[in-house]
Amino acid sequence: MAKAQESRRKERLDRGVKVRSDGVYAVASWREMAFLLGPRLLLIVGLLVMPLVLMPSPYWQKVLTIICIYSLLAIGFDFLAHYVGLVSLGGALYIGVGAYISALLNTEMGLPIWATIPLATVLGGGVCTVLLWPCLPLRGVYFAIVSLMFPLLAARLIEAFDVFGGTDGIMGLDGFPNRWSEMYVLIICLLLVLFALRRLVNEDVGLVFRGVKDNDQAVKASGIDITTYKALGVFIASSLGCLGGASLAHIYMWAGISQFALDFSIIPIAATVVGGGGTLAGPVIGCLILVPISELLRDFGTLRVAVYALILMGFIVFKSEGLMSYGSRKYNQFEHWVEI
Amino acid sequence: MDILIYGFINSATLALMALGFTLVYGVSRLPNFAHGALYVLAGYICWLLLNRLGLPYILAIALALAFVAVVGGAMYQLILVRIRGMSISEIIASYAIGLAILEGLRWGGLKGGTFTLSAFLEGSVDLLGVSVDFQRILVVVLGALLVGLLYFFVNHTRLGLALKGMAQDERAALTLGIDSDRMAVASMALGSLSAAVAALILLPLGSIVVEAGYHVLIMAVAVCIVGGLGSWTGAILASFVIGFAQILTTVYLGAHFQVVVAILAIILTLILRPSGLFGKQKELEERV
Repeated sequence: MAKAQESRRKERLDRGVKVRSDGVYAVASWREMAFLLGPRLLLIVGLLVMPLVLMPSPYWQKVLTIICIYSLLAIGFDFLAHYVGLVSLGGALYIGVGAYISALLNTEMGLPIWATIPLATVLGGGVCTVLLWPCLPLRGVYFAIVSLMFPLLAARLIEAFDVFGGTDGIMGLDGFPNRWSEMYVLIICLLLVLFALRRLVNEDVGLVFRGVKDNDQAVKASGIDITTYKALGVFIASSLGCLGGASLAHIYMWAGISQFALDFSIIPIAATVVGGGGTLAGPVIGCLILVPISELLRDFGTLRVAVYALILMGFIVFKSEGLMSYGSRKYNQFEHWVEI
Repeated sequence: MDILIYGFINSATLALMALGFTLVYGVSRLPNFAHGALYVLAGYICWLLLNRLGLPYILAIALALAFVAVVGGAMYQLILVRIRGMSISEIIASYAIGLAILEGLRWGGLKGGTFTLSAFLEGSVDLLGVSVDFQRILVVVLGALLVGLLYFFVNHTRLGLALKGMAQDERAALTLGIDSDRMAVASMALGSLSAAVAALILLPLGSIVVEAGYHVLIMAVAVCIVGGLGSWTGAILASFVIGFAQILTTVYLGAHFQVVVAILAIILTLILRPSGLFGKQKELEERV
């Protein structure tokens, strides 16, 4: 029996529509159009309808906003790790910087919420880029280690110098006008970010980014300053995180040290690994799965982090391609066993 | 005088914490981010054996050491071996294992204050006008002893030489019949063992808390990076640099700044001299 098993292997063939749609004019019928648009519409319409479906329970609507924030962070991580080649383990830095900047703008300068969030996004991206600038020549493991240290350092410094409200944090921020605006602002931002990043990585800039990831010496040799491109990548990713952080601060109406906490560093990574790295939509799916699990486990306190770590470990060891790549393979290809 | 003596003790503490990490990294190029978790685990197991099973101290220590060494070896054999060579996956997976252990322990009720190990030796002695208790002296003595033992092991035993060979050139070692996976298991077990030794020597000075795991990890990483990853001399020198810097900041600025010093040391080293104090040029190319 074992011998019979050995003499077979799985053959994979692309579906016709997949092969043709890699070219420019692909679509021959409504059926094929539905085949191509289906998954995309599922995500877009699904996310837009979700708040209405969850209307009966405000609690899960709140969870949805948190999912969006983690998704923004996870997309940033995915972009930085799989398109620029910088693995940043310190996602909490971006959330924290975004939260503190929007809190300061709101409480100290009295700016309205619709000004603080965009400002915090751009300024926060700038601040994070400047902070990480000296580390940009590093790569691989070394960048990961240093970026892991940054949120810790930020939290310790705020604690030690007792600035920005010290351990109490900054209280009394404006909230969103109502929970619908809260949800739809985040969901629309998320969809726009997905669309924009997908376009970006297919442009020339994206090509340079991937070049930096695959062989930075070669990119350098062709006269391109890789540090600038890395900085641009970090700016994009950290702006996404800061957008999430600023929204989070306004949702909680509070910014504090716990926004530099471990959760914000580990969950996006877990979501990316679960959803599938390098797919941009994968991290969103990962967050849709992991954040509700985390909410269900809330009663168990820190067990959540342990569960995440175990899920993360399982996926990275046994299914490192992630759900998204697995799903799209099943969707786009015929698979069958052939005798050898 | 205070600063000198406590700086020395603090440096020995740091060196103890970092030895296991640098050993594993030096041999198998595996950044073991579960190092801190193994440290706490050793202390907790020892406490359980002492207080739940009522074993004598020596036996409990021996069993805890053996247990943690086995856990370390198993961690490599079961999990890390599958992702060997993918450096980012290695970091994430070992970090995840560490988190799972630490947060699992925290969920299991490991809180500060309740879990303490008693000191091996009670009492204190007057050293040049500064009173130092015996346990702290023991830390320095055992630390030096451990470094000496590991040095002897690596340079004068078959297994140690095999490990060294693998660290220098894995392919060449493979052609000479050294099984690199078995060596890596051995190095992980040894690294975990030395984390456990450090835990059992250092933990009687305070109580066993989960936060110590993160602290030890940060310190070990700091020492190893400042000293140059995988370099022993560098690690010991770096633990003295950071150790004294920490005591100085504690005296002049306040205790909050201890960790800040370590993290700043990492960041500055990586920026100014990425291969560390004793790193080699070849490693520099890998990093920058």
